[in-house]
This record gives sequence, C-alpha cells and structure tokens, in this order.
Amino acid sequence: MSDKMSMDGGQAIIKCLEAQGVEYIFGYSGGSVIPIFDAMITTPSNIKFVLVRHEQGAAHMADGYARATGKPAVVLVTSGPGATNVITGIMTAHMDSVPMICLTGQSVSWMIGKDAFQEADIFDITMPVVKHSYLVKASNELPRIIREAFHIATTGRPGPVLIDIPKDMSAGPMTADLSAEMEIPGYNTHEDDEINAEHIAAIAEALSKAQKPLFLIGHGVMISGAQDALRALVEKIQVPVTTTLLGKGAFPETHELSLGWLGMHGSAYANKAICDCDLLVNIGSRFDDRILGDPAQFCKQATIVHIDIDPSEIGKMIQPDIHCIGDALNVINALEPHVGLLNTGEWLKKLDGWKQKYPFKFKRQGGLKMQHVIDEFYKLSDGKAIVVTDVGQHQMWAGQFYKTDKTNNFLSSGGAGTMGFGLPAAIGAQFGRPDDLVICFSGDGGFQMTLFELATAALYKLPIKIVVLNNHYLGMVRQWQELFYDDRKSGVDLEGNPDFVKLAEAYGIKGFNLRRPGDVKRIVKAALDYNEGPCLINCEVEKTDNVFPMIPAGKPIEAMIIEAPKAGSKKLEKPTGST
Amino acid sequence: MINNKTIHTLSVYVSNKPGVLARIAQTFSRRGYNIESLVVSTAIDGHFSRMTIGVSGAEEGLDQIIKQVAKLIDVLHCTDHTFDDAVVKEMGLIKIAVGSDGRGEALQIAEHFGCKTVDLTDESIMVQVIGDPDKIDALMGMLQKFRIIEIVRTGKVLMSRGAEIT
Repeated sequence: MSDKMSMDGGQAIIKCLEAQGVEYIFGYSGGSVIPIFDAMITTPSNIKFVLVRHEQGAAHMADGYARATGKPAVVLVTSGPGATNVITGIMTAHMDSVPMICLTGQSVSWMIGKDAFQEADIFDITMPVVKHSYLVKASNELPRIIREAFHIATTGRPGPVLIDIPKDMSAGPMTADLSAEMEIPGYNTHEDDEINAEHIAAIAEALSKAQKPLFLIGHGVMISGAQDALRALVEKIQVPVTTTLLGKGAFPETHELSLGWLGMHGSAYANKAICDCDLLVNIGSRFDDRILGDPAQFCKQATIVHIDIDPSEIGKMIQPDIHCIGDALNVINALEPHVGLLNTGEWLKKLDGWKQKYPFKFKRQGGLKMQHVIDEFYKLSDGKAIVVTDVGQHQMWAGQFYKTDKTNNFLSSGGAGTMGFGLPAAIGAQFGRPDDLVICFSGDGGFQMTLFELATAALYKLPIKIVVLNNHYLGMVRQWQELFYDDRKSGVDLEGNPDFVKLAEAYGIKGFNLRRPGDVKRIVKAALDYNEGPCLINCEVEKTDNVFPMIPAGKPIEAMIIEAPKAGSKKLEKPTGST
Repeated sequence: MINNKTIHTLSVYVSNKPGVLARIAQTFSRRGYNIESLVVSTAIDGHFSRMTIGVSGAEEGLDQIIKQVAKLIDVLHCTDHTFDDAVVKEMGLIKIAVGSDGRGEALQIAEHFGCKTVDLTDESIMVQVIGDPDKIDALMGMLQKFRIIEIVRTGKVLMSRGAEIT
C-alpha cells in the first residue's frame, strides 16, 4: 500500500477494510453514506457488498457471518433511521460477545447537533450496547480508528464497535498513513495475561479432591478456539461436561461425557448434575440467569471455579471459590499438566442413569410436533448442518433435538433473545460458509419480523432451508400464560398469518407445506435435496404444545418441571425471575 | 450522607477522548449508583485526564462496577481510595445573608475555619473554604444560624500520599 496517495475518506475506508481482510459488507445506502458507496466502485477491492432490505437484517447477517466463521463482518448504513434500525442487531451481538464493525453515516460535521435531516446521535444512543464506539472528527483519523475498531471487536471478549462517520469526513481528502498506529493505552485484551499459577494449583487441587466434578462450558471456549484442548483434557481426566446454549458445540454433544446443555429448558440430567456435583468448573460462561434459576440457591453444595477472560464477570452473578482470569485456551493448557485421571466412575454411572431416565422426548402420535420436524432434519442431515434459530419454543426444541458436535454450528440469540434474528443470521452464515448446509428454524412470530430478507436469500440463491414452525401463536408466552396465568391468552394469537408458501413463491422461493406427521420424512428429504436456492418449509404444528423440562424463572434448579404437569394437578406459582 | 451509605471516592485515569465521561456515568447510573461529586481535569500528559468521583449506592456490587469502569476501552485504571490514607480536598463558596448585626460573628466563624472572605456587601458575605469535605460540612452547620443564600462545592479531589502515583 503506498502511503500517501490522493484519496478521499470513503476510499480510505474501503482500503482499510480490505487490509483487515473483510469479505462482506452488509448494508443499505442513504444520503450520508453516498461517498462510501461511491468508493466501493472507485476503489477496486475483493470486498463483496450485500444490499439488504432493512438495516436490522444487515446487522443480523453480519452477526450470523461472524458466529459461523469467527471473523468480523461489516455493517454499513446511513444516518438517522438507518443507524437506529441497527441498534437491535448491535445489542444482540453485544449480549453474545460477537465481533462486528458497524459504520454509520452521519450529517456533515458542522450540522451535528442542529437537528439536520436524518441526523441521529447514534454515538450516544448506542453507547450501552457497544464494546466501543467512535465519532470521526477528521478524515485523517479514519485509518487509525478502523484499525483500532477491528482490534477491539475481535480480541479479548469480542463485541460490536460502531464508527459514526460524518459525510464530510468520508467525502473529504484523506492524507494520513493508511497503516496508522493504534492509540488505545487503556485497552487490555487479557488474552496474553500470564495465567496465575496459584489459581491453577488451586483448581487442580479442587479437581483432585472432587468426587463429583462437573465442567460448565460457555461460548468463551469457542471464541478462544479451545475446543480441542478442552476435549483432550476432559477425556484425560474423565469429567462430565455440560454447556450453555451458546456453548453448544464447544464439546461434542454426542460424546459419552456430554450432558448436553443446561438451564431453563436444558436437559434434566445436566440440571440434576448441577444440583448434585461437588465441584463446578465454569470455563467461559457468564452464569447467565437462564442457567442459574435463583442465583442465591445455585449450586450451593459445590465448590465453584470461574474461568473467564473478562475480570468483570467474576463475582457478577455468582461469587466463585476459585477464579482464574485468562483466555480459555491458555488456562486449559496451563491446567492440563497438573491434573490426571479422576476417580469419577461412580459419578458417571449416576449421570448415565439420569440420562436413561430423563431423555428429551416427544410423542410422534397426534398432531405434528416441532420436535418431530427438528429431529428429522437432525437425522437426515447427519447432524452436520449449521443450525440457526430464531427465539421462542422452537429455539429450545432446536437446542434439544439438533445435537451439535462442532463449534460455530449452532447460532442463536441467547442473551438478547432477539426475535427476527434467525433468517438474516442464517443468510450471513451461508455467505460465510457457502459449502455448508444451513438450516434456519423459526417460529411464525419471529419469521415475520425479518421475512423481507427472503429477497436477499433469493437474489443470491443461497440454499438455506428456512423451516417455519408455525403454531399460529407466540408459543413461549402462550406457554407461560397456560402454566402460570390460568391459560388467559393475551396478545399471543397470531391470527392473520399469511400463507407462507405463497409468500415464498412471491419471492421466487420454493415452498413446501408440511401438515401430517406421516409426511415429515418425505418433505424434509425433499427440502434437503432441493438445490436451486433457498426453500421454505411451512410446518403447521400443534398449536398448544409446551417445552419441557422447564425451570420457572427465578426458582431454584431443584424446582425443575421435567414433564408436562397432568391435567388437574396443583396450580403453579407465578415465576419471580426475569422473563 | 445519602441513605447513610459510605460515599466512595474513586480515582479514574482516562484517555482524553470524546464520550469517556458519558460511558463512565452510564456504567454507574445503569446499576442504580448515584454520582455525588465529580471533578475532571487534564493530567500532566494532555492525552489523559484524571477524574475523582464520589459515588454512593449499595456496598455490594460496587467492586463489580469498578471492574466495569476499568474495562471501558478509554479507561486506564479505576481505583477505590475510600479507605486509603490519601489527601482529599474540596473547595466551597458559601454566601450568607447578613447585615451589620451578625457580621462580626459570621466573620469570626469564617476565620476559625480558615476561610477567605471573597465578597462583602451591606446584606451579604461570601466566604471561600478549602479542606476535607467534613470541614466544609461543619462550617455549613455553623453558618446555619444565618440565612445561607447559596452554596457551591467543587467536589473532592484526591491524591495518594508519598511518592506513589494515585
């Protein structure tokens, strides 16, 4: 790269993005970003631009791309409403520690603060939901800021970084060195922190003494790329493993030492293991309230170890007995030489008993079940697909019935619980991994929140299997109303749903209707065999099925409801925890 | 003072970048902590600023907030000096309504507290006081017998003793 050729800010942006290895920009044009869009034409690069149909879609696509590949993608939108439309996507990425670079246009700098056309103070509006953000004050700052933004977004605990770019900054001349130095003396990734030897010794000792140890594995292990080291350690010491929903795939769920995922709708045996273990080693999870139930009652009987790269997570929800700050891979590597085979035979036998006794299950008789459809996709795709979910009942069942053996293969909005995430995130994932099978499971509620991106999927002929698990209800809320509010259904009936197959066809997308359990195998197979772009499978499922196991929010894990309560059984108390 | 909770004194060393104060303020307010006082000034190296923040709120959880502040990209460090033997000073300006009747007594109190009289009229006196916050509280108490027209306090600034950096 020659240092000081004549260019404008927009051209500098494209050159800097290319230098960062950016493959895709997902975005939507508008007045204040015209100079950057123009630079995409005047500055040849390998970056591909994807024009979405709504800015929220762009943010979720970049998110899905990043979750599927581990690499950051770029969102590029205009000022004002363009920028405010991406906030949900930024917040979703922030909650789940997903790297993302979001470029927003801004009014010309001399109009900022004067209520200019399409002006929004996006820098301040997004402050609580970004890892960091910038408002560009001079075109010559662009190379440094972009470099810092990528570094911050992708290192340590990843997250979204927003760069707000006034139009005169992208249009004006840029004369600074493209390889400007970063100036972020306050930023510590903790990636290269020396692992505290005393903490490692304490963890090793706790493991050696434990009769019933349990590993709780979070998303952090995947971000760190520690899955192989983890598996080697687990097999060496023979410790059972449960993961969070976002940790699905950090340890193979089909492994004999796996207990699947835990929490509100996780496996009964993982939750029972939490209640019975005497040592819990959490690597890379933030003790989210979905897995704690009642934090004050959580895992009281056990010694708790918390390993995390983010010091502010230690003691936030649970005060651990032992903690260790560092990158998961570094900590696992430091720990491995100090631990040997543990005497866990009895414990594993007990857990196996629970696995046999409390499997995830559903009835194949009666109306069509979401679980049946998901299970068939699991079987016919050999469990190898990238599964992307939306949010709600189907998300929980996708977690239960589509087992995940590899990292970055189960993409779901965990922390934020963003309905509408599924389809655009699946599109992003398919762009990032064009050779892999992508299955998107959505409910009829969430699907309709971002269905306009069907156009994007169709335009690029992305072979995504879009499975709409259609119960004509906002099922998860309806389930709460049935269980805890005397079945008073309020604001959950999605009457007026369109014919999703006709809708797909209007976009030029192949549609399938699936209504009977007897047709599941045939139609799932036909959908998987369809190879000319995306296809949509509208599954008319039973309207009032409920997800179990279930730990009512705010209740201790011991209060887990393993199976549907029998008719006429004691009324359940309203949950006290959040949502 | 507020809810009988300790006001913690934090010293925060930050990059002098736009938005850094807003980020720190948000971190406190989101978790229900109240900023009681705030002093910001440029450090020796103009690229950095020093903030001294007085903050009140639940004792448990404050550690967590300090970690969250320290985590902000533009924050180099955030230290709680509440229980350190550091030098803590604050300045206050107090304006009281007093005519010829009480002026002598008012000036005597002010002198006792080492105040400087910075404005004097037929109906009022303005005094300047410098010291630790308790001293300013005590002076205010003594001056209650007059009608206090207004009080402006700078908020406390803090520096570690000895050769150590704050």
